[in-house]
Amino acid sequence: MRKITIEPVTRVEGHGKVTIMQDDKGNITQTRLHIVEFRGFERFIQGRPYWEAAVVVQRLCGICPVSHHLAAAKAMDVVVGAGAGDGLTPTGEKMRRLMHYGQIFQSHVLHFFHLASPDLLFGIDADPAIRNVLGLAVTPEFTDIAVQAVMMRKYGQEIIKATAGKKIHGTGAIPGGINKHLTQEEKEQFLNGPDPMNIDKMIEWAHAGLDLLKGFHKANRAIIDDFAFHESSHLSLVRKDGALDLYHGVLRAVDTNGNRILDDVDYQDYLTYIDEEVRSWSYMKFPYLRSIGKKDGWYRVGPLARMNTCDFIDSPLAQKEFELFRAYTGGKVNNHTMHQHWARLIEILHSAEEMKRLLNDPDLYSGELTTSGARQSEGVGLIEAPRGTLFHHYRVGEDDLIEMANLIVSTTNNNEPMNVAVNKVAVAQMTGQREITEPMMNAVEVAIRAYDPCLSCATHALGRMPLEVTIVDQDNNVIDRKLR
Amino acid sequence: MKILIYGYGNPGRRDDGLGVLFAEAIQSWAADSELDYICCDSNYQLNIEDADNIAAFDIVVFADATVEEAIEDFKLTRLQPSAKQSFTMHSVSPEFVLDLSARLTETPPEAYLLHLRGFEWDFMAKLTDKAASNLTAALEMMKPLLSSAEEYSLATTVDLLNNYCR
Repeated sequence: MRKITIEPVTRVEGHGKVTIMQDDKGNITQTRLHIVEFRGFERFIQGRPYWEAAVVVQRLCGICPVSHHLAAAKAMDVVVGAGAGDGLTPTGEKMRRLMHYGQIFQSHVLHFFHLASPDLLFGIDADPAIRNVLGLAVTPEFTDIAVQAVMMRKYGQEIIKATAGKKIHGTGAIPGGINKHLTQEEKEQFLNGPDPMNIDKMIEWAHAGLDLLKGFHKANRAIIDDFAFHESSHLSLVRKDGALDLYHGVLRAVDTNGNRILDDVDYQDYLTYIDEEVRSWSYMKFPYLRSIGKKDGWYRVGPLARMNTCDFIDSPLAQKEFELFRAYTGGKVNNHTMHQHWARLIEILHSAEEMKRLLNDPDLYSGELTTSGARQSEGVGLIEAPRGTLFHHYRVGEDDLIEMANLIVSTTNNNEPMNVAVNKVAVAQMTGQREITEPMMNAVEVAIRAYDPCLSCATHALGRMPLEVTIVDQDNNVIDRKLR
Repeated sequence: MKILIYGYGNPGRRDDGLGVLFAEAIQSWAADSELDYICCDSNYQLNIEDADNIAAFDIVVFADATVEEAIEDFKLTRLQPSAKQSFTMHSVSPEFVLDLSARLTETPPEAYLLHLRGFEWDFMAKLTDKAASNLTAALEMMKPLLSSAEEYSLATTVDLLNNYCR
């Protein structure tokens, strides 16, 4: 038996490695993706005043602090009696939505234009040194794409800064609402700023990104359709009427045949429906639907899942693209792992359309900022983060201090799907192979990357992550090692 | 001449906030000293949009916490553009930002990285005593350099900074 390990080193937390076991005939007998999830944060926040949570949770992750900020704020809305997500003032809810769609926009743009599109445009087998936005920038035919990536990211970051108050440890969302309005100057800047920093240019470029992917798909069906394909269930929030909604809704899950296995339930009761399994070989838990059980109750979250669970998209341009997306699989559940990128681009377009609609809404510029009601002892806040459904659950004592916190982050929800995707790639690429080649490493990386996992937590100084590939035999003798 | 001090890291993770605290301290000092050619910015980490953000400046000094044991307190290095990228996936290095800026703009800045030695990375918005001491020492070194830029040309200021690079 041989063991192949793909391991990022120098990690204290948030690290991941891939272990692939081969028997003596070269058959893949087992694959495991290990990600060290940091759980200490839930203990850390116990004993702190509940109103600090929305700011303090941003210490957890420097990659998607806005998602944690908003999920915690939504949970604390319940605690202050402001309702679960839909009880805020119009200004409070719409400012938060603008913040969230700004974040989705910039996060998805980074993923597709910086990380995914170079894989497609240069090929999965290409040198990793050029498979990024810099590779696009130095290639004349792709330079415009690099410029678009940079400026779209910048636009989303500016939206976050304007709504959250600042880039680090934003304070915009507070229990029961928001702490500021948008100004008329900011409205003018975001709607009608000089090219390219205006919303119409963002929508135009979002569309261009979709055209880029669809063009590549047309010419390379096998890569986009077959790579890391696997069947699964899918879970996300949807709006009560079935529309795609990344900020608030009810929990819906469908199985691989499209049957509803979680039928629009109130997420305050998530523990009734979802549990987490602990496996001896992994620090990260494995969530599953209680009604299905540990073995088959796992599900995917994220852009692909959201396209599978929602009935429609409530913005015209994204709805047209959604119809094309659904038509490709004849209306059936889409299990093509690489279609995550297609779904992500539809969400970029939808986010841009939503930002335009919100920026033109007068509620952003005046109106009550907060509301409150009867104090509650417990609250759950869910949000569709860029990588998928994010759960925050808190219990607060009569002394206003947090007694219990439970977080299920998007990457945890995708734990089993990522393991399955890695297995599919390993079997396809490494069966019978005695050495790990660069293209094999790339393939594993691309399969993991499709889920856009958050492998890096907040402490970036410790988080620089070379990729180490080690092959050992059954006696743990190193046969081969590669470092990227 | 325009100079940008860009600190990055997470001030909610103890010494990881060294870069951000350095930028904030310089911002406060520059405002008090009316050195309006000095601008400051900060974020959790660097990303691709920073290629555009730095393009408006003649000199950029990135400030970041480091775990390198070979650095006793702090170290200034001159940056060269580099396409090297880690598997971290959601952030890029200052060298990468500089390289991308050079590719997409006509006038990339002279760029430096101030490495500030940190020691603890827990969930706490407070530096360790040793890190706070390193921050103070770095500020004492950088302030005279930055204020002298008011009198000197860009070339001279770059020479001065280069003299402090190790």
